[in-house]
Amino acid sequence: MEMKKPIYHKHDIIIVGAGGAGLRAALEASKGARTGVISQVFPTRSHTVSAQGGIGATLGNVEPDNWYWHMFDTVKGSDYLGDQDAIEYMCQMAPEVVIELEHMGLPFSRLPNGKIYQRMFGGHTSNFGERAVCRSCAAADRTGHAMLHTLYQQCLKNEVHFFSEFHALEILTNNGAVNGVLARDIVHGEFHVFHAKAVLFATGGYSRLYQNTSNAHINTGDGLALTMRAGFPVEDLEFVQFHPTGIYGAGNLITEGVRGEGGYLVNAENERFMVKYAPTIKDLASRDIVSRGIMQEFREGRGVGPKKDHVLLMMDEIDEDIIRERLPGIMELAETFAGVDCTKEPIPVRPTAHYVMGGIPTNRFAEVALGSMDSPEDTVPGFYAAGEAACASVHGANRLGTNSLLDIIVFGKVGGAKMVEYVNSLPDFIPLTESAGDRGRAEVDRLLNANGSERMGSIMQDLRESMDENCGVFRTDESLTKQKEKISELRDRYHNIGLDDRGLTYNLDLIEAVELGHILDIAQVVVEAALARTESRGAHFRDDYPDRDDQNWLKHTMAYLSEDGDVRLDYKPVRLQPLSVESFEPKERVY
Amino acid sequence: MGKVTFTILRFDPEKDKKPHYQDYEVEIRRPGMMVLDGLNQIRWEQDGTLAYRRSCREGVCGSDALNINGVNRLGCITHLEDLKTPVVIQPLPSMPLIKDLIVDLNDFQDKFFLCKPFLIPKKPLPDLEQLQSPEDRRKLDGLYECILCASCSSSCPSYWADPEYLGPSALLNIWRFVVDSRDVGADERLQLLNDRHGVWRCHTILNCIEACPKGLNPTQAIGGLKKALVSAKF
Ligand SMILES: Cc1cc2nc3c(=O)[nH]c(=O)nc-3n(C[C@H](O)[C@H](O)[C@H](O)COP(=O)(O)OP(=O)(O)OC[C@H]3O[C@@H](n4cnc5c(N)ncnc54)[C@H](O)[C@@H]3O)c2cc1C
Ligand code: SF4
Repeated sequence: MEMKKPIYHKHDIIIVGAGGAGLRAALEASKGARTGVISQVFPTRSHTVSAQGGIGATLGNVEPDNWYWHMFDTVKGSDYLGDQDAIEYMCQMAPEVVIELEHMGLPFSRLPNGKIYQRMFGGHTSNFGERAVCRSCAAADRTGHAMLHTLYQQCLKNEVHFFSEFHALEILTNNGAVNGVLARDIVHGEFHVFHAKAVLFATGGYSRLYQNTSNAHINTGDGLALTMRAGFPVEDLEFVQFHPTGIYGAGNLITEGVRGEGGYLVNAENERFMVKYAPTIKDLASRDIVSRGIMQEFREGRGVGPKKDHVLLMMDEIDEDIIRERLPGIMELAETFAGVDCTKEPIPVRPTAHYVMGGIPTNRFAEVALGSMDSPEDTVPGFYAAGEAACASVHGANRLGTNSLLDIIVFGKVGGAKMVEYVNSLPDFIPLTESAGDRGRAEVDRLLNANGSERMGSIMQDLRESMDENCGVFRTDESLTKQKEKISELRDRYHNIGLDDRGLTYNLDLIEAVELGHILDIAQVVVEAALARTESRGAHFRDDYPDRDDQNWLKHTMAYLSEDGDVRLDYKPVRLQPLSVESFEPKERVY
Repeated sequence: MGKVTFTILRFDPEKDKKPHYQDYEVEIRRPGMMVLDGLNQIRWEQDGTLAYRRSCREGVCGSDALNINGVNRLGCITHLEDLKTPVVIQPLPSMPLIKDLIVDLNDFQDKFFLCKPFLIPKKPLPDLEQLQSPEDRRKLDGLYECILCASCSSSCPSYWADPEYLGPSALLNIWRFVVDSRDVGADERLQLLNDRHGVWRCHTILNCIEACPKGLNPTQAIGGLKKALVSAKF
């Protein structure tokens, strides 16, 4: 079939993704260059809107605090896999970017003296682990909503050009440089080529790889799959964070802020079990530790309920007024999804797939940077990434709560600024190649004409359920090998897919089928990287290799996907050298 | 656990001259199933041609505002067990139809933009945060939580009748800035409103309050704007 020529656009800068990272980048970029933003959903429908508990910054509004402690906590939380130059940069920048957000109008909650309200959060401590500290700057428990809407409002004010409900399908390259994106207008079904001098991906995470997840339906890791298909590697995909408190049966998140305000977990014997796993900061230990603590309780038969498969989040020590004022969103969620009035009853919870530490590899300037054990990092001209889609790597093997909203703002901003510098230094647009956009269009064409017998929905369901089972909080050689085989079977089924909807207008069947292809690629990398990493670090826990192995594994995974679907794993060193302070040497992690 | 019938408005602009209704059987598989779960079940298992918007699935992104049994609500937080059957699902009323349950929200979004929906702060800005007392901050509660879902505007007869009327959502969002103690743009915004398509088109029919899935009260916000306009000096 003859394909219609795509509609051509030319922008200095194209940003894919209109969550917090994309919008912050757009604000910065549009100050100095012609910038367009592509998003699969209307900007305020992006997943950032769901973030609850807050953004980390050492404002010290409640008690003394400083960025060096924040840096220590982040490095320790990362189980020493985080790149310390990027972490130092992020923690140093935090107060400034949070104040900027306030100046933009973000409706932060307030302390009696009128300053920004700050609460405690998991893994954030004062004086290098001594005790929990109030560092999370919050707008009640709707911080992400407040942030995303504020950024969108500022983008409107600055007349940023949006292409909403456009689905990116291919990263365009010429001779190793990135020079545009192919996207499809979801409403009308037409293809558009966006020719650009610089492209930033801020497409979010892929936790929808799991059935039990806190994430939005759209979080299918498109940006990472497109990156691999363009021949670039992705970094550390085996590190998926399971948040300890997802609503039992539904997966929706109950923020760590509940524990920050005085909530705590109990098992079937009404025991505050976290004391056993983290004697100092207990329920406020970092997420990998709390999630494993909960799962260990299940294994030892102390889970709650007939299936002994959840625990209870107690809120009886939090004043009802405080719940109403600072946790109103949680009240709504608990009522809607658990049928619980949390001012009176505990919320049943269990770990839920929540956040991905891995992503498109970047340095601390949001420039996409490749590298391997024996060759230094090298940037890809014109290619940038920020937010959950990127791996800077500030979260290493395990992210601390509140550090993602921080990450998206810091690296969105610096990415925007760096792109402006770059596009102004580049005299001309790099020409598009003859075949630019062909791969993405062929993919859509194949799916629209596919009339195999497999249903998209059933493959997706099988993938998600099997990932829950075999590649969750605890992993073994056996479970991962089983999952690898499962994915290969699902890939075969995917090739035999047939769609119901062959139309052009708002074809959700097609979008989900494209995304299923993406998430299958990602699943394969997650599983193979997890299988190869024979150690336990942060969120990646191997029952058969329960210890961290710095000798062999203090390094980042770099995964490449070949055209025929084979994964090749390579590695690059952790950047242990910070910018201005001494390196934090790997130590045993106790909380 | 039983079945429920969904009666869904269908329209494919590439095939149909006008919309029609189609029935589907949805299996109740667990307690607490939402309308969105039912729609997903239909699309994944029976009929992939059904189109609707969805994202967060927990009532904060505002994608899946639908007309369910005659009332505008979000599919993802509407429990199936609370609904009379058959469950009749239509797109938001009065908005141009694109396909099935998907409407064109461009006009709705443009109206939001018209009202300067961003903070206009006092200059120069301080080095640290602008201070705001907890009491002043509390004035934003019930306003800043708007998710731009369009349920309210699409339920408003004045909005249907007058294509120029800004509607409850945009007006609530203006009020959010007018009452923000950090904002000095009230006069600019109020001037924009002081014609017949602004606040005066609200005849306090109150549909918007019932429609809002976040429990916000646009009528009260519009009342605030009317008062502010009467006492404004320009
Ligand atoms: C329930 C919940 C609560 C959370 N709470 C907190 C918290 O309190 N503090 C904290 O720090 N972190 C929190 N997080 C994590 C944090 O919210 C996210 O990691 C962060 O918001 C990600 O932002 P982003 O800008 O990178 O991506 P997103 O906000 O996910 O945006 C991705 C964007 O990419 C677009 N996109 C994706 N694919 C395509 C494509 N193919 N074509 C076009 N566009 C595309 C989407 O339309 C969207 O605009 C929470 C997460 C969840 C799930
Ligand atoms: S006021 Fe309520 S109904 Fe109206 S757009 Fe906002 S959230 Fe939706």
